[in-house]
Amino acid sequence: METFAQIVVLTLAAGTPLVLAALGELVVEKSGVLNLGVEGMMLVGAIASFIVAAKTNAPWLGVAVGALAGALLSQIFAVIVLSLRANQVATGLALSLFGIGLSAFIGRPFMSVVIEGIKPLAIPGLSTLPVAGKLVFSHNPLVYLSIGLFLVVQWFLYKTRSGLVLRAVGESPQSANAVGYPVIAIRYAAVLFGGACAGLAGAFLAVAYTPSWVEGMTAGRGWIALALVVFASWKPWRVMVGAYLFGSVTLAQFQAQAAGVAVPSQLLAMLPYVATIVVLAIISRDATMIRLNAPASLGKPYHPE
Amino acid sequence: MRVVLEARPRPSHVAIWTAPLVATLATLCVGFVVFEAFGKNPLAAFDAFFVAPIANLYGIAELLLKASPLMLIATGLAIGYRANVWNIGAEGQLTLGAITGGTLALVFGDAWPAAALLPAMFIAGAVGGMLWAAIPAFLRTRFNANEILTSLMLVYVATLFLSWLVHGPLRDPQGYNFPQSKLFGDNAMLPILLPQTRLNASFALALAIVGVAWLFVRRHIVGFEMRVAGLSAGAATYAGISWRRTIWLGMLAGGACAGLAGVGEAAGPIGQLLPSMSPGYGFAAIIVAFVGRLHPLGIALASLLMSLLYLGGESAQVNLALPSAVTGLFQGTLLFFLLAADVLVNYRPRMVASAS
Repeated sequence: METFAQIVVLTLAAGTPLVLAALGELVVEKSGVLNLGVEGMMLVGAIASFIVAAKTNAPWLGVAVGALAGALLSQIFAVIVLSLRANQVATGLALSLFGIGLSAFIGRPFMSVVIEGIKPLAIPGLSTLPVAGKLVFSHNPLVYLSIGLFLVVQWFLYKTRSGLVLRAVGESPQSANAVGYPVIAIRYAAVLFGGACAGLAGAFLAVAYTPSWVEGMTAGRGWIALALVVFASWKPWRVMVGAYLFGSVTLAQFQAQAAGVAVPSQLLAMLPYVATIVVLAIISRDATMIRLNAPASLGKPYHPE
Repeated sequence: MRVVLEARPRPSHVAIWTAPLVATLATLCVGFVVFEAFGKNPLAAFDAFFVAPIANLYGIAELLLKASPLMLIATGLAIGYRANVWNIGAEGQLTLGAITGGTLALVFGDAWPAAALLPAMFIAGAVGGMLWAAIPAFLRTRFNANEILTSLMLVYVATLFLSWLVHGPLRDPQGYNFPQSKLFGDNAMLPILLPQTRLNASFALALAIVGVAWLFVRRHIVGFEMRVAGLSAGAATYAGISWRRTIWLGMLAGGACAGLAGVGEAAGPIGQLLPSMSPGYGFAAIIVAFVGRLHPLGIALASLLMSLLYLGGESAQVNLALPSAVTGLFQGTLLFFLLAADVLVNYRPRMVASAS
């Protein structure tokens, strides 16, 4: 039982960066915008949070700055795509390439810096309870935050009027505009939220999960998050399921390595990427299901007038 | 007063070709700010970044050497991009090309003469790149899976595969356990075009491919059909143009060119297999394709610019003590400015009185 609890703890932690990034991107896509820059925003969030945590010894301040950095970066994308009406695919790619370059550039002096990261909870009396203590009270604080984020996104999208408007903008910007909603402003806000979430995901990696800074340390998680949104057919609860599934795949890879399985580590490390490809193929197979669930205006530019 | 964007009746040709220039100038301005922010004299920094690396013949040769893979890959990618086929996994296809071509060199290097070995390596590289690109093409045409995500995931898989090879089966037994293959024999190395430099035959190959691509796009019916498919999927379907064939051709063209570039690197400046065969040429080529307006001539020019950014980054590291990653920063900035400037291709800004 203790082993099981330990596996749950590790799986949730491994899935958390995916939860954060994919929930943010889900909200962006629900508004009809496809932002392929998640990987770049995660990396910039990671290095921003790491620098602040290293300089101030305040990892939580780092987390806040990481989210802020992701949000700021997302606004470059928003201006080019929403105000200047550029192609969303190309601009998202540009954002990823820019983020990779920027984070590598400003991160160079921090490559071997050691910081005191955010530690998992240890509540006297509770965290040491048998099994339940481990299962419920011993996660990293940011893991609880990500679950809170899920509840907020779920509630916002399906239980609030603003969430309904956001979804309407993603389904039919023309109709939303005709009823008087500011389509472009709403999309700016959605992109901002997605950027903050991606920054947060990067911050989790840099100041809680590892904690360290390595160039390109997100290792494709931003792209996996994008695939997760498709896998989840744009439903928040399925994002959670998918993220933890992928978390367990990452984990299985490390466990197998630690257990000395006779498969070379490089081949084991391919697992999450191969799994993403396979899952994407299986889920995309049903074109009708994708068409029914994807926001109808996803990726299409919208020109008011 | 506020500015509104007014749709142009037809895209502005002036804007199409001035946008890359505007973007380049804007990137230089950002460079000025970055250098200033890091306490470097901007003029001296510009000299070190953009002038010093190409101030002599060796530098020019290096510029063309690094432009070759960029030109090659971007030309292949552009064929797909014109048809809205988004292959962004060229870095992985390059890696596979280096693996297949390089393995051939390591296995048959002693037995075959250069005249047979080098063409065989290039063919093997192109096939390797195409095989890697065929996976996303198959998944897209058969399972409708998004080729952007699958081609990108395969970059990681390819890099890990190469890492395994040079740590394991292909590791040089006399290499002191370093993760690297044996050095290629002389007959597996590309001939040098300019004595005393590293410029090799891959540059000539890149130019030839650019020419072929230009003919394909302008003069061949399939090239025309692929452009139509990119402009309007509906019109293409109506005209009986197969979307499956469009995707397959778009992906395979990119994969083949990236594979060739991989062989060019392995049998050129590197001369063996290492855990990393490219400083991100596969990704930089995406920017080259856009900055070059998906046009072979534009791509040739844009690849020179991008190559200069690589050289400048190396020079900045040596002469300015700035991380060479400044290259990636400038590359991303350039693409941002280009996409932003492109608004003027389809729209005209106009001042209007504020609606009250």
